[in-house]
Amino acid sequence: MDKDFAARRRRDLIIAAVLTALAALAPLFIKDVYVQNILILTLMYAALSQSWNILSGYCGQISLGHALYFGIGAYTTELLFTKFGVLPWFGMLAGGAVAAAIAMGLGYPFFRLRGHYFVIATIVIAEIGLLLFQNWEWAGAAMGITIPVRGDSWLKFQFMRSKLPYFYFALVLCSLAWFVTWWLEDSKWGFWWRAVKDNPEAAESLGVVVFNSKMGAAAVSAFLVAIGGAFYAQFLAYIDPESVMGFQFSLLMALPAVLGGIGTLWGPVLGAAILIPMTELTRSYIGGSGRGVDLIVYGTLIVLISLALPQGLVSLFSRAKRKGATR
Amino acid sequence: MGLLYGLIAVGLALIFGLMDVVNFAHGEFLMIAMYVSFFLFTFFAIDPLLSAPLVAAALFVFGAVVYLLIVRFAMRAKANAGMVQIFSTFGLAIVMRGLAQFFFTPDYRSVPHSWLGGKTISIAGVFLPEPQLMGALVAILAFAGLYFFIHRTDFGRALEATREDPGAVALVGIDKNRVFALGWGLGAALVGLAGAIMASFFYIYPDVGASFALIAYVTVALGGFGSVFGAFAGGIIVGLVEATTALVLPPSLKSVGIYAVYLLVVFIRPRGLFGSM
Repeated sequence: MDKDFAARRRRDLIIAAVLTALAALAPLFIKDVYVQNILILTLMYAALSQSWNILSGYCGQISLGHALYFGIGAYTTELLFTKFGVLPWFGMLAGGAVAAAIAMGLGYPFFRLRGHYFVIATIVIAEIGLLLFQNWEWAGAAMGITIPVRGDSWLKFQFMRSKLPYFYFALVLCSLAWFVTWWLEDSKWGFWWRAVKDNPEAAESLGVVVFNSKMGAAAVSAFLVAIGGAFYAQFLAYIDPESVMGFQFSLLMALPAVLGGIGTLWGPVLGAAILIPMTELTRSYIGGSGRGVDLIVYGTLIVLISLALPQGLVSLFSRAKRKGATR
Repeated sequence: MGLLYGLIAVGLALIFGLMDVVNFAHGEFLMIAMYVSFFLFTFFAIDPLLSAPLVAAALFVFGAVVYLLIVRFAMRAKANAGMVQIFSTFGLAIVMRGLAQFFFTPDYRSVPHSWLGGKTISIAGVFLPEPQLMGALVAILAFAGLYFFIHRTDFGRALEATREDPGAVALVGIDKNRVFALGWGLGAALVGLAGAIMASFFYIYPDVGASFALIAYVTVALGGFGSVFGAFAGGIIVGLVEATTALVLPPSLKSVGIYAVYLLVVFIRPRGLFGSM
């Protein structure tokens, strides 16, 4: 069993390295800006969903309020940049730190809640954040912040002429989120989280400090999501509360993981790789009519996938493998 | 206004609170009800107030069909049942919004010159808008009816028993799907009532449900899952808090008060005010 587990982990790492290398070469063949844009978004959502998965998938604390951390990452970076001239690279880390701190601060009261009460609390706190930012004059209120263009540079992480630097950053972020998950999966924390998810009382009785493990998961998860938020802000060069903190982000972060397989290593990546291109393509090819056909198609697919594969798309792979093993 | 939230929340209290099924399309049910009411008015000149029973009946059928077509299968999922329910009903909500946009266009519509619209009534020198008053009345009746239904009829007992232990219920000859389909129909019918009342004084557009859905969730959770009375109390509290917040903070922040009160309540009582689950 242990040997199997170690072998699986080694295999996962190799697959990830190969995929990353292939992805890194993709821009050599894909010159179309529209397709590049879809790839960037796919990688970003894969990273976000992977981060969300740490708290909600592995540790079982379903959060539908991660838009809060996404928005905080975006706002911290851009407020520091536009008001104090702090480079986005530092702003990004500051945003991550602020988000992690807020996640832990909120964790104190929140982690006492269970089930629906917890989920609704996470939605509500993100909604409060959204309303506060919409009314915060200094931070641009509902108008948001336009990031001043200072020319292409890695220093300011700003590129107007090419999307490639954003692509590579998104790739690094996605790989990082994956690697952190991979690494944590086999650590003390990973085992604690799964124990907390399955049966908190039993875990507690065996010496797992349930509360601390939830806090740890929340902090890591919020930090990574905030980095994603900072990236998104630099990528769009414009942010407003609704577009970085809206409820739809919380759902969009959860959706790839759920469709791909919640609480699994590959679920978020797989889910994002299918969901995001699908979203973008339906939007641009049949959404142009403005009559909502894209919504109908998109919604129907979500209903069908979630009903047909409650354990996510990864269950297809494990099912195939099990069949192979019995043969 | 508080009872209006209560009215929207009654149906949710039944589906989400008593049957413990997540319905992320609740706001869209409300939207459909408002459209049904609007079209009954436009084509047959039936005032929303009179068409309320018709709308409720239409939504009853709709709710039962949604249960049989989607939710039944979502509940069958052994793994991640909660997430499957959230995302299958969320997908349904997106489809419903898309369909509304497709058939009804994203235009804002309203029911002009309804019996209730824009009229006020004076009680002891206080002017109250008639539609809201009517909404309050309907809300009280709906809650009383639901309370009676859950606690005094065989169906209500069957419903609670089915949630508690579907396996045991099957042994005594209760068809789980029939009970839950009726429950969903009833929950949707209550939303239908809310929609019909609201059609006479709210703009109707494909996204209208979203703005009310979250408040309805908060209302039910505030009162506590599994309690009809809790949802009623939650509705009143939400209304009062909103009115008070509007006095202190700018109108754009009025929901913050509601959310803050929810957090405060569940921090002190993690199962809501009157919750049993």
